[in-house]
Amino acid sequence: MSFGHKHILGIEQLSREDIFYILDTAESFKEINTREIKKVPTLRGKTIINLFFEASTRTRTSFEIAGKRLSADTINISASSSSVVKGETLEDTARNIEAMHPDIIVMRHGASGAPHYLAERLDCSVVNAGDGAHEHPSQALLDLFTMREKKGRLEGLEVAIVGDITHSRVARSNLYALTRVGARVRLSGPGTMLPPGIDRLGATVCDSLEAAVEGADVVMMLRIQLERQSRGGPLLPSLREYSRFYGLTPEKLKLARPDALVMHPGPMNRGVEIASSVADGPQNVILDQVENGVAVRMALLYLVAGGEAPANE
Amino acid sequence: MSLLIKNGRVVDPGNDVDAQLDLFIDRGIIAETGAGLELEADEVVDAAGKLVVPGLIDIHVHLRDPGLEYKEDIASGTLAAVAGGFTAVACMPNTQPVNDNLAVTRYIQARAGEVGHCRVYPIAAITRGLKGESLTEMGELSENGVVGFSDDGRPVENGSVMRRALEYVRPFGAPIISHAEELSLVGDGVMNEGFVATELGLKGIPWVAEDAMIARDVMLAELTGGRLHVAHISTRGGVEIVRQAKKRGVRVTCEATPHHFTLTDEAVRGYDTNAKMNPPLRSEDDLAAIREGLADGTIDAIATDHAPHHFDEKNVEFNLALNGIVGLETALPLTLKLVEEKVIDLKRAIALLTCGPAGALGLAGGSLAKGQPADVTVIDPDLEWTVEPEKLHSRSKNSPFGGWRMKGAAVATIVGGNVAFRREG
Repeated sequence: MSFGHKHILGIEQLSREDIFYILDTAESFKEINTREIKKVPTLRGKTIINLFFEASTRTRTSFEIAGKRLSADTINISASSSSVVKGETLEDTARNIEAMHPDIIVMRHGASGAPHYLAERLDCSVVNAGDGAHEHPSQALLDLFTMREKKGRLEGLEVAIVGDITHSRVARSNLYALTRVGARVRLSGPGTMLPPGIDRLGATVCDSLEAAVEGADVVMMLRIQLERQSRGGPLLPSLREYSRFYGLTPEKLKLARPDALVMHPGPMNRGVEIASSVADGPQNVILDQVENGVAVRMALLYLVAGGEAPANE
Repeated sequence: MSLLIKNGRVVDPGNDVDAQLDLFIDRGIIAETGAGLELEADEVVDAAGKLVVPGLIDIHVHLRDPGLEYKEDIASGTLAAVAGGFTAVACMPNTQPVNDNLAVTRYIQARAGEVGHCRVYPIAAITRGLKGESLTEMGELSENGVVGFSDDGRPVENGSVMRRALEYVRPFGAPIISHAEELSLVGDGVMNEGFVATELGLKGIPWVAEDAMIARDVMLAELTGGRLHVAHISTRGGVEIVRQAKKRGVRVTCEATPHHFTLTDEAVRGYDTNAKMNPPLRSEDDLAAIREGLADGTIDAIATDHAPHHFDEKNVEFNLALNGIVGLETALPLTLKLVEEKVIDLKRAIALLTCGPAGALGLAGGSLAKGQPADVTVIDPDLEWTVEPEKLHSRSKNSPFGGWRMKGAAVATIVGGNVAFRREG
């Protein structure tokens, strides 16, 4: 098959086949990252702009390395949190960038829907690197890649996602991706952090972390986003209480399957959502996620640039 | 100047008329109504196959004049009104400067006299500068033609200030118009709270933010005996609170907008900023409740909340877009659609656009009785057309109905006996 998407705006647009196609493509790219010379000429002559309106080290670096290993010219633009702060509209920013003829724009923005806005107006491909509380598709794909790599399968996996679901684009994208490939998702978090109707997306909402984690194959902890606490009333009484009820400790992890994976999209608040002993324990695959992120992003850039998946060796 | 409108179906709900009648207008007054009138007139309008109704009245528009004329002004806004079949509009005070004193009110009246295409009734602010602190000079303003008081766009957050407004305005007759929103519950929400907001990752505004404030204001009206009008009601709970209050005899009226009885929060999908408004587009259940309220008389009027915004103010990220849509030219067909869908009958539909709004604010008009000023709208209920925002008469084009097929339009809008708008072709 060939990949029929010009943009990667969200997992929601991707079929089960698309997801597996991306994962398979990423697999063939992963090996490049371990070579002595970590570079292939695949995207030589292509220009990729990383347009980041929100602070991000991990994702931006991962996309940048992915582009460079494919020999594309990658340029980073960090704008302030909103284009309006500088007095320029998003459309003007986009038009200016388009005038430089990039092939792909990788975009991170604090407003949900901002990459969709650009994709409608620009000729180049747009890859969503996280928009508001909406989607973070490359993160979900690297999570799936890591699960498949470690577990050998995705179908039938029981995945617990715990934390601030409301503000988490990672949770939304994972929810779409996991349910599409036949995994089962359980969500848990404080009542103030569970958005209405989330169960309609195919997840089971659990009252407690324990209920979500029990018998799980994968436990994915989300970062408590302290910066989101200010407006609209407090979402938590205290971090102390949060860590007591929704923090993953070694004891609580015992409720999961003995071979369960512990995942976290990072950056972690150690001692809050995850105990250090768990974060550094034998079940954690947190750095594998980071490593696989490069391969998955290489695959995304390659596929939106019109590439065909190379045959698996 | 005299005008004879012949052979139309006259629907005048305020006078319980629905019949094939002729209408004779002389020197700005409805001089005669009857079947087969044989009178000499300067102009004869053949209204066969058309509806002849009292001039439509929109009690909730933003003309943006003074101060924000790049969005709309009194000339362009009233032209949009007559093109939509409205012969009178009541305009909200959130202009720059705010209409919180007689000088601004007089400017609006004078300007409407010079360049307006229809009647313009100013609504003044409840509080000076819309700040929610001290009351405007409601007596003097009422005496000089202000038909209601509202801090529209904002609620009066302080309950005591709202109470004093309702008490103070009582002898002057004009209602206090509530923009019902409990801001602490709105937070930084940008659309209706619910499944769609969850999927889109946009912050939600819960229905209770509206219901809580309607409940407070209805209770204050009950306490004070003041007249309350609830603007743009959009929730099931809100409709029910007003329904129960009316049963108890509270002096409360309310209005609903065409977008709240036509669209749900599903319209926000794709991050369409033309679907961003306040109150937000709600759920299917809320929409059904609005329709029930329109049918059973709980809702007194259809009002557009015509809110023009410049293209650049909508062509931004959803979070940053301003609230509101233009509505004057799509209200009539969307109301007639309710008739086609058998939600309400034709008479009720016309009532909601004529005597209903007139009654809510205590305005003249809304009637075709002999001796009344001749504000008349002739409607072709079968005329099909497509909404092309760029062709709307409003200066702004922010409509979520672009591309929609509509049925029904005003073909002649007569204000005080003069044809203010005539649809060609």
